[in-house]
Amino acid sequence: MAEPVIQVQHLKKVYQMGEIEVNALRDVSFVVERGEVISIMGPSGSGKSTLMNILGCLDRPTAGEYILDGQTVSNLRDDDLALIRNRKVGFVFQSFNLLPRETAVANVELPMRYAGVKENRRKLAEDALVSVGLGDRLTHKPTELSGGQQQRVALARALINNPSIIMADEPTGNLDSKSGKEIMDLILEMNKERGTTIIIVTHDPGVAAQTQRIIRLRDGLIEVAE
Amino acid sequence: MNIGQLILEALDSLKSNKLRTSLTMLGVIIGVASVISMLAIGNGASSSISDSINSIGTNLLFISSGAKDVSNPQPLTLDDAEALMDMDLAPSVANVAAYLTTQAQVSYSGTSDSISVFAVTPAYAEVRNLEISEGEFITNEMISKRSTVVVIGSETAENIFGRTENIVGETLRIEKNQYRVVGVLASKGGSSLGSQDNQVYIPITTGQSRLIRRMNRERVDSIIVQATSADTVESATQEVTAILEGRKHAKTGVDDFTIMKQEDILESATSITDVLTLFLGGIGGISLIVGGIGIMNIMLVSVTERTREIGLRKALGAKRRDILTQFLVESSLLSLGGGIIGVLIAAVISAIIGKIASNNSLSLAPVMGIDSILLATIFSLVVGVFFGLYPANRAAGLEPVEALRSE
Repeated sequence: MAEPVIQVQHLKKVYQMGEIEVNALRDVSFVVERGEVISIMGPSGSGKSTLMNILGCLDRPTAGEYILDGQTVSNLRDDDLALIRNRKVGFVFQSFNLLPRETAVANVELPMRYAGVKENRRKLAEDALVSVGLGDRLTHKPTELSGGQQQRVALARALINNPSIIMADEPTGNLDSKSGKEIMDLILEMNKERGTTIIIVTHDPGVAAQTQRIIRLRDGLIEVAE
Repeated sequence: MNIGQLILEALDSLKSNKLRTSLTMLGVIIGVASVISMLAIGNGASSSISDSINSIGTNLLFISSGAKDVSNPQPLTLDDAEALMDMDLAPSVANVAAYLTTQAQVSYSGTSDSISVFAVTPAYAEVRNLEISEGEFITNEMISKRSTVVVIGSETAENIFGRTENIVGETLRIEKNQYRVVGVLASKGGSSLGSQDNQVYIPITTGQSRLIRRMNRERVDSIIVQATSADTVESATQEVTAILEGRKHAKTGVDDFTIMKQEDILESATSITDVLTLFLGGIGGISLIVGGIGIMNIMLVSVTERTREIGLRKALGAKRRDILTQFLVESSLLSLGGGIIGVLIAAVISAIIGKIASNNSLSLAPVMGIDSILLATIFSLVVGVFFGLYPANRAAGLEPVEALRSE
């Protein structure tokens, strides 16, 4: 059997908030297999965001080990983490986070630029936008696009460097139910077509129900792993 | 990431807030424009001063009576001047002229003006490069006859007679005496040392007896010695010193006269204008630094405003260096753009100042050297990088998690 894409062992994260130490994650261990679609749920303050930041290589755990795609990433330096984020992680945010001054295609090109891709960048970005159904919106700026369309651009951007995992933080949270459903459908379609592992952090039980597995967090511990 | 892309992106971001960008650039524009135009004016002033010092004549020594720590110096006389024209004792001396000078009232049919009157020997025209446009200069005959004749400058001719031709034979009055005009000088042009064209010349003996009464009848104000060439200026100085000492001008063992070389005058004038140029450039430089602080200020604001963008870029894989370069390119473009506009404005300022100066018949032509343009442009770029470094570093050091969370 193939190696799991994510292996997390005894992950701990302690924040120093002035005098008080906050145990955001106490002891979290789990495994995600390649090609899985999972969701992480939990009330606010459960350590959900902290876990997502660590899984997305935006932050380092205080203790414990995180192996992503066969590589231990829990102790890497900032620039090496940047490299991992660039190559192995695709982000989809609740508020889309597109560069407002750049066109859709330039936004999708951005991760390739940081990856040092020089050849064919524009063509690849255009193809990615076509594959999320925005072939006719290539040179539109984010302000000229609807929320659903912006999230499609973000999805195209997340996929452009062929990452091992997609981290989606409330991807439908800022969308109406119709475009929210379209985005979920698109995410699941990408998972089927490309086999990309998807991790969705959400409050929405309807979204979580569409995933294969739900990890529920409470007070920095995994409550139930279904 | 390639630099072209970085520049385009930086331009985009600068364009997104045009007013702020132009106000920030204004600081650098003013700085660079003032540095360059100040240097140009300084250079113009120094070249105009050295021009006018050179127009006095070439390889000259100016001898005047009196020296530091000498009381009751023996005055210089016409005999001293003649003694210097000794081929054996002073082979390096080509020519010697002596003169007396005063301000006097020169009048002609009702018009009257106070101008400089020089009582000179015939050699004066030669050592001072004076050219006659009409008539003749003071001759030896006029000296021995103590003739009441006058040679006038071109500007004086214009002022008094309203013309510069057909003046020889006219009579004008200097103080109480009538003088016949025997010659008119060609114009030497304006000079920062005052106009040399508004002066009149009379025979030195006439001056001594009628116009310029000094304690000692034989006395002259100054003797001008012209050396045979630039290389003999030094030996001429020594020869002149020896001859004058032989003529009891060093009774107390100390020379009671002072010899000033033309080069010395040039040197001291140049050192004055150098200081002036440095001073003016320094003022400009300070405003350039103030402009740089403006850039730093605005870049700091920009980093704070764009924290979320920086967080996003980092999440997408931007390394520390990527963010650093992005912001450095922006600040450099700001200051370089300001620098280039500043150079253009300095060109306009220099042209205007040159125009004003020439309208006021001052010979000040601002000289905008390619070196000062390069210097100011490179300096403005350095200012941009230097003052951009801190904000850019701050941006690059942001934690992606914190940055993404900010609104």
